[in-house]
Amino acid sequence: MIRLTVNGQEQSWDGDPDLPLLWFLRDEIGLTGTKFGCGEALCGGCTVMVDKDAVRSCITSVNDVAGRQITTIEGLHPTGDHPVQKAWRQLNVPQCGFCQTGQIMQAAALLATNPKPTHDQILEAMAGNICRCGCYQRIANAVQLASTGV
Amino acid sequence: MNIDVMPRRKRGFEAYLPIEKISRRSVLKTLGIAGGLVLAAPVLSRTAFAAYQTGANEMPHGTVVDPRVFVAIAPDGTVTILAHRAEMGTGVRTSLPMVVAEEMEADWSRVKVQQAHGDERKFGNQDTDGSRSTRHYLMPMRQIGASARAMLEAAAAKKWGVPVDEVKAANHEVLHNASGRRIGFGDLAADAAAQPVPDLKTLKLKDPKTFRYIGKGQISMVDLHDITTGKAQYGIDVRLPGMKYAVIARPPVTGGKLVSFDATAALKISGVEKVLEVQGWPWPSKFQPLGGVAVVARNTGAAIKGRAALKIVWDDGPNGTYESASYRKTLEEAARNPGLVVRNEGDVDTALKSADKVVVGEYYLPHLAHVSMEPPVAVANVKDGKAEVWAPVQSAGGTQEDVAKTLGIALDDVTVNVTLLGGGFGRKSKCDYALEAVLLSKAVGAPVKVQWTREDDVRHDFFHTVSVERIEAGLDKDGKVIAWRHRSAAPSIASTFAPNVMHAAPFELGMGLIDVPFEIANIRCENPAAAAHTRIGWFRSVSNVPRAFAVQSMVGELAHATGRDQKEMLLQLIGSPRHVKLDSVKDAWNYGEPFDSYPIDTGRLRRVVELVAEKGRWGRSVPKGHGLGIAAHRSFVSYVATIVEVSVDDKGKLTVHQVDTAIDCGTYVNPERIQSQMEGCAVMGLSLAKYGEITFKDGRVQQGNFDNFPLIRIDEAPIVTNVYIAPADEDTPPSGVGEPGLPPFAPALINAIFAATGKRIRTLPIGKQLET
Repeated sequence: MIRLTVNGQEQSWDGDPDLPLLWFLRDEIGLTGTKFGCGEALCGGCTVMVDKDAVRSCITSVNDVAGRQITTIEGLHPTGDHPVQKAWRQLNVPQCGFCQTGQIMQAAALLATNPKPTHDQILEAMAGNICRCGCYQRIANAVQLASTGV
Repeated sequence: MNIDVMPRRKRGFEAYLPIEKISRRSVLKTLGIAGGLVLAAPVLSRTAFAAYQTGANEMPHGTVVDPRVFVAIAPDGTVTILAHRAEMGTGVRTSLPMVVAEEMEADWSRVKVQQAHGDERKFGNQDTDGSRSTRHYLMPMRQIGASARAMLEAAAAKKWGVPVDEVKAANHEVLHNASGRRIGFGDLAADAAAQPVPDLKTLKLKDPKTFRYIGKGQISMVDLHDITTGKAQYGIDVRLPGMKYAVIARPPVTGGKLVSFDATAALKISGVEKVLEVQGWPWPSKFQPLGGVAVVARNTGAAIKGRAALKIVWDDGPNGTYESASYRKTLEEAARNPGLVVRNEGDVDTALKSADKVVVGEYYLPHLAHVSMEPPVAVANVKDGKAEVWAPVQSAGGTQEDVAKTLGIALDDVTVNVTLLGGGFGRKSKCDYALEAVLLSKAVGAPVKVQWTREDDVRHDFFHTVSVERIEAGLDKDGKVIAWRHRSAAPSIASTFAPNVMHAAPFELGMGLIDVPFEIANIRCENPAAAAHTRIGWFRSVSNVPRAFAVQSMVGELAHATGRDQKEMLLQLIGSPRHVKLDSVKDAWNYGEPFDSYPIDTGRLRRVVELVAEKGRWGRSVPKGHGLGIAAHRSFVSYVATIVEVSVDDKGKLTVHQVDTAIDCGTYVNPERIQSQMEGCAVMGLSLAKYGEITFKDGRVQQGNFDNFPLIRIDEAPIVTNVYIAPADEDTPPSGVGEPGLPPFAPALINAIFAATGKRIRTLPIGKQLET
């Protein structure tokens, strides 16, 4: 039996320990805000925080995070008012929106460790997250906005 | 938390009621508006009265203008407006209901939007593609809202015993200025429903000068908050009690089929419950499933792991020899020889012979995959002869029809619930994944989610076509272009619907080939034969991508050949402001629109060129190693011109510094979403220009994921894209927005690269071509 904490709640898993965390979150405990985009850590759509680090849940097994604290988009802020989320809404960042929860988790992890990133640091930190609609201009601006106060 | 079901979407209009039994009562019941009333208003039998004609009523099931279908008012005043088009990022789920709210004077903060299920008999055409939603539905939605407003006003006038012209609806209530009386929409709903139906021919629409929402760009997408909190429901997020998760191993070659499989190892994987064959249809079969072997499991991860353990023998069939490099040669050979003439004016052969100089450009653009961030996915529950589907589909009505046909059940026994789409780009106009889900649900006797992995998506797409575009332009001794011959060789989308298709369909010819808007005395367009060896489908902007690339690259080549400025060359070719006549073209296709309302207007094309040149400061001096490129193209009856500034360093590294885009899309609803579409098109255009290529070997797609089918990421994206929307009066009909931004980007980029380096790129993607 593997135990882990997701958004402050104890969870357990007695199935295949190699099951990617992504599918445990989405299919087993119903936290669908974390998205599937590639399964190979190439797009960032499945980004969650493990303790304080942004992690691709599609290549992270449940066993890898035994005993760890997982934060998903559902647990980022109780009312959805994390500065990154607010900045995202203020600048109307999303188009289809599918990749945006991963983008937001990545940005939140960046600001948690680097509250005032430069433009280049933002691009570097966000380069693992693909947006097929092409919202990059607004993503870059929104991270900057979140870092300077929404 | 929203774990097991989708309560918000389940409450969709009449979601669980057979359509024929729909009455005003049942609509109310479904909406949970006890004691409230749905407005009664005219049913216009699919023909909307309009100030301008569109092709809307030529679409399957046409247009429905009926407030009883689209609007409900609850006693507490909440106005519920139906969105019957699919939301995939364009904002249409917000903008069309907003138009209704505008005309009916509803307060947007008291409006709820509900998604319609798939039923075109009820809602009119639902094919959310072809950049059609606003241009076909702006006027019908205005009429629906205005009808509702007129009835609310009439009800208030009757209640107060005053002439109707003394009352006026404003911001969710009706006012009688003379007496100072006012009454809210909620209190009027019952009486309004009893009012006679307004005559649409005398219906008063709002004066656009009084618009609060239309054209303002102040209202965010209704799903914005849910998107940022993870609550937004895409197809992949649907969960039903008892639902199983499935992935399918499909034949690796189009037209191939299953010979045998061994599931022994797969069934030993923890969480795998069942392995079974999925029915496939012989190619071509429109959107029917490819067939294969399904692994059904308790979660998606187990299903994927189980599939990897399958042992399968396939029969590849005749497309097992499809190979991209040799097919390119086939297309080149075709384009170098005369083909089917599809437009012919003057005498091109003689003019080319007499030309002082002939400039030849031959351009190659490979297959592309759509790769929406949400891969294809669908949930189905087939039970007791009825099917219910939850899926991200662009064609809700078409999906309903295809599910009914596939299962051999009545249309009324199929309910298609439309979720948000995590991207579409044309891929989700084809509902094969939903058909797989209903087949599997029926077979296993439980709700099933069919999940495509990214590799499935890349390898089993309905691909953007592959094409060779060859243009020969003849110049006289003064440098004037006197002859234009364009041969376009590419397998047709029609090959997905019927066997042995060798030529483009009229709708493909009309996308940038026969409609070339240049003022040249001798023009001939030809379409050499080309056979398909895989599934070809619509990809955003469709044939406009290769055609605009070729035509606008040739403009750059001609500018260079004659020593002229690119923009001046472009304007000279476009020529005088006029409406281009296509008299020599049989079945000239105009995006389904009448030419009277939507002519090929070179004046408007010139105007976007001038607009972007002025705002984007065409001709500005740029640093060494930088270059500016320009391109303009009419598609989806809109006009777009784009300027790109690039630099290429001595190692061949390409950087896009700035993009300026001007669009004339006629009268418009939400400039903020138009801007976002143009920004996105610059990124998608850069992706396809720099990296986009699907290749085949032994009939198999050689790419599979974002490592070998890369997309532009934030660190190489255009971070400054400026968008200019041409002002339009209300008499200019609305035109497309979702697609027209894409075609001009790549040629503007390539023209900019030429300006920066002197290298002319004629093969996409650019790949490593700048490194040599």
